[in-house]
Amino acid sequence: MAEVELSGVSKAFGATAALTNVDLKIPDGAFMVLLGPTGAGKTTTLRLIAGLDRPDAGDIRIDGQSVLDLAPAERDVAMVFQQYSLYPHLTVRDNLAFPLRSPRLQTPQEEIERKVREVAEVLSISSKLDNKATALSGGEMQRVSIGRALVRDPVIHLMDEPLSSLDAKLRSDLRVELKRIQANLGTTMLYVTHDQIEAMTMATHVGVLDQGRLVQVGSPREIYEDPVSQYVAGRLGLPRINLLPADLFAGAPSEAVTIGLRPEHIHQGDGKPSTVVRVERLGDQTRLHLILEGHEITTLTDVHTDLEPGDVVAIEPRNPLYFDAAGDRLSHQHA
Amino acid sequence: MAEIIVRNLRKEFGDFTAVQSSSFKIEDGEFFMLLGPSGCGKTTTLRMIAGLELPTSGEIFIDGEEVGQKPASQRDIAFVFQMFALYPHMNVRKNISYPLVSQGMPAAEQQAKVQEVAQILGIEDILDKPVGGLSGGDRQRVALGRAIVRNPKCFLMDEPLGALDAEFREHMAEELRSLHDRMKATTVYVTHDQLEAMQMGDKIVVMNQGVVEQFGVPQDIYDKPASMFVAEFIGSPSMNFLKAHANLAAGATEVTLHHQSLSVPSLREPFDGDVVYGVRPEHIRFDEAAGYRGEVIATEYLGTTQIVTLQTHNGLLKARIASDQPAKVGETVGLEFDGRTVSLFDQQTGRALRTALNEGVLSHG
Repeated sequence: MAEVELSGVSKAFGATAALTNVDLKIPDGAFMVLLGPTGAGKTTTLRLIAGLDRPDAGDIRIDGQSVLDLAPAERDVAMVFQQYSLYPHLTVRDNLAFPLRSPRLQTPQEEIERKVREVAEVLSISSKLDNKATALSGGEMQRVSIGRALVRDPVIHLMDEPLSSLDAKLRSDLRVELKRIQANLGTTMLYVTHDQIEAMTMATHVGVLDQGRLVQVGSPREIYEDPVSQYVAGRLGLPRINLLPADLFAGAPSEAVTIGLRPEHIHQGDGKPSTVVRVERLGDQTRLHLILEGHEITTLTDVHTDLEPGDVVAIEPRNPLYFDAAGDRLSHQHA
Repeated sequence: MAEIIVRNLRKEFGDFTAVQSSSFKIEDGEFFMLLGPSGCGKTTTLRMIAGLELPTSGEIFIDGEEVGQKPASQRDIAFVFQMFALYPHMNVRKNISYPLVSQGMPAAEQQAKVQEVAQILGIEDILDKPVGGLSGGDRQRVALGRAIVRNPKCFLMDEPLGALDAEFREHMAEELRSLHDRMKATTVYVTHDQLEAMQMGDKIVVMNQGVVEQFGVPQDIYDKPASMFVAEFIGSPSMNFLKAHANLAAGATEVTLHHQSLSVPSLREPFDGDVVYGVRPEHIRFDEAAGYRGEVIATEYLGTTQIVTLQTHNGLLKARIASDQPAKVGETVGLEFDGRTVSLFDQQTGRALRTALNEGVLSHG
C-alpha cells in the first residue's frame, strides 16, 4: 500500500513523444484508471512506474521516495500484462504460488496454500488448480495471470488491459470482483484501458490521456458530467456524445463553436424537427438515430417506442455542453 | 436478393452432433443473426448455407430452390470471413475486381462495377494503393467490396468484426448496418456478441449446443426469452434469476419469494416445482415501502445509470437504476419489481413458463 506520484514525467521513443510532462498523483488505496485510445501513453506510464523503462525527464516517487534508481524487482510492484505470461511447465497452483515462494518474502507454506485457494476461488479457477498452465483456455490463462498478481501484497498493482481478451460475461463478473478485491485489500491500483465501461465502473479516479498528455483527472462522475474538453467528453458515455456546430440550435454563447449533446441533454417533443433514420433496439435501451439538417444525432428513447424510420421528432438541447474553437469546454457553462 | 429457408437441418461430425434440427426462415432483404456461444453450431449452420459443409439431413432453400447438397459454387452467395483475406500482392482495385476477372467479365464493365462498389464503401481514394499499408478498417472495407462486387444473392458473414478492438468494432458495425440499409441484400451474420446481434439484426436465432433456443425479432427475444439460456445470454448485465419453490395454478398472478408475494404476468399453465423468477436489472426499483429487501454490496457507475449489486435471500441480484439515486454499500433497501415484465422458468428444464407476457411469442417460436 502506497501513494505513487509522477511529476513532470516525459518519455520519448525516437522522435515520438509518448508522454509529455505528466503530473499524476495516485493516492494510497485509490483505484486509478488511465483511459485513452491506442497510442495515448497508457502502457508507457505503467512501464515507467514498474521500472521497465526510464523517463527522459521528471521523477517517480513511491511513498515520497524517488524510485528512479531502483530496479523493477526492488520497487515491489506487481504488473499484469495484456498478454498472459505464465510458466507453461507449472500447474496453475504453482503458477499462482510462484511469487509467494520468492526467497525475499519467506511466506509460510500454509499461508501460500490459503492465498492460492482464496484467489483461485475469486477468479473461478479452483477446479483447474492441478492443470498445467498450457491446458487452459485463453480466458483461464488470463485469470491465472491476474491471480498471480493478486496473491502478492505489493505497494501498487499495475494492470495493462487485463480483461480485454476475455468474453463479455466473464469481463463483467471480473470487473465487480477486481473492484471488490481492491476495496477490501485497500491496495493501490493503476489500471489502464481503452474500455470506458471498465473505467467508469471500477475507478475511484479516472485519468484521461490524450497523445501523451494527461488532460483531466477526476472521479468517473466528474469526468462524465464535467469534462474539460470535447476530447474528454467523447471518452465516456454510450451512445457517444453528439458533437455538432453550436449554431445548430439557438441559445449558444457567442464563443461556442461546438455543442455537445449526450442523450440526457436532448429533450424530445419540442424544438427543431429531425428525421428518424434508424431505431436500434438493444433490449434494455432503444437508440434513435436522427438526422437534423444533415447532421447525425444519436439519442435514447422509450424502450418500446413505435417510432419508425422516416418519422419526424422535434428535439432541443437541455443543459448541453459548449466547446470553443480549440475544443475546450466553455467554463461558465455547467451541466 | 434471396429468401432462405432452413428446415430440420442436421449435421454430425462422427459421433458429435454439431447441429441437431434447425428450422428458421430468412426473409428477402433481412439482416439475420446467428447468435450463440462458441461450439453452439452457428458457424456450422452458416457453412451449410454456404455449401462449405453438406448437411447430414434436412433442407436448405434459397429462393425456393433446394440447394442442401449443391456445391458452394452453384449457390451464388458471397462469404466474408473473420480474418479478411486479401491478395497481398495486388492493389485495392485488383483485389475488388478479382471475382469479376475470374467470371470473365469485360474490362470496361469490371471497372464500372469496382467504381460503383468503391463509392458505396467510401474507398474511391485508395483504389490504387497496395493493400499492405491499409488500416484495419480499410482492409475490412476492401474485403467487403470484393464480396459486394459480384452482386450475389446473399452475404454470409462469420464474425467479420471479431478481430477488431471495441471502439472500432462499434464503428464498423454501424457502417455495415447502414451499408445493408442501402443495398438491402439478404445477409446472414454469425456472432457470439449479443450486443452486436441486438444492434444490427432484424431477426436473431439464438443457438446453444446445436439447438435453436429461440428465433425472433431482437426486442421479443430480450423481453420474452424462451429459456433461461436465452435470458442469460442476451442482455448485460443479464437477467436476474431468483429461485423458489412454487405451486401455481393456471391464471396465477403472484409468486411467493421469501415470504413476499410478487406479481407476475398471468400464468397460462399450471406449475408445481422449482421455479425461477426472472427479472431484468432495469425493471427493479428501490422503494423503501417494498417488503422484498436486499443489501447493497457493490455499485458501478455508468454515466446516466448505475448497476447496483445486491445480496438477497434468493441470491445475488443486479439492478440498473438512475445514477443520481443514492445506493450505499452496506445499506439494506426495499426492492420493487415491475411484475409485468417478469419471466418465469422451470428450474429443471430451463424452459420459460407460458404467461400473458410471452404466449404470443412462444406459440410460434
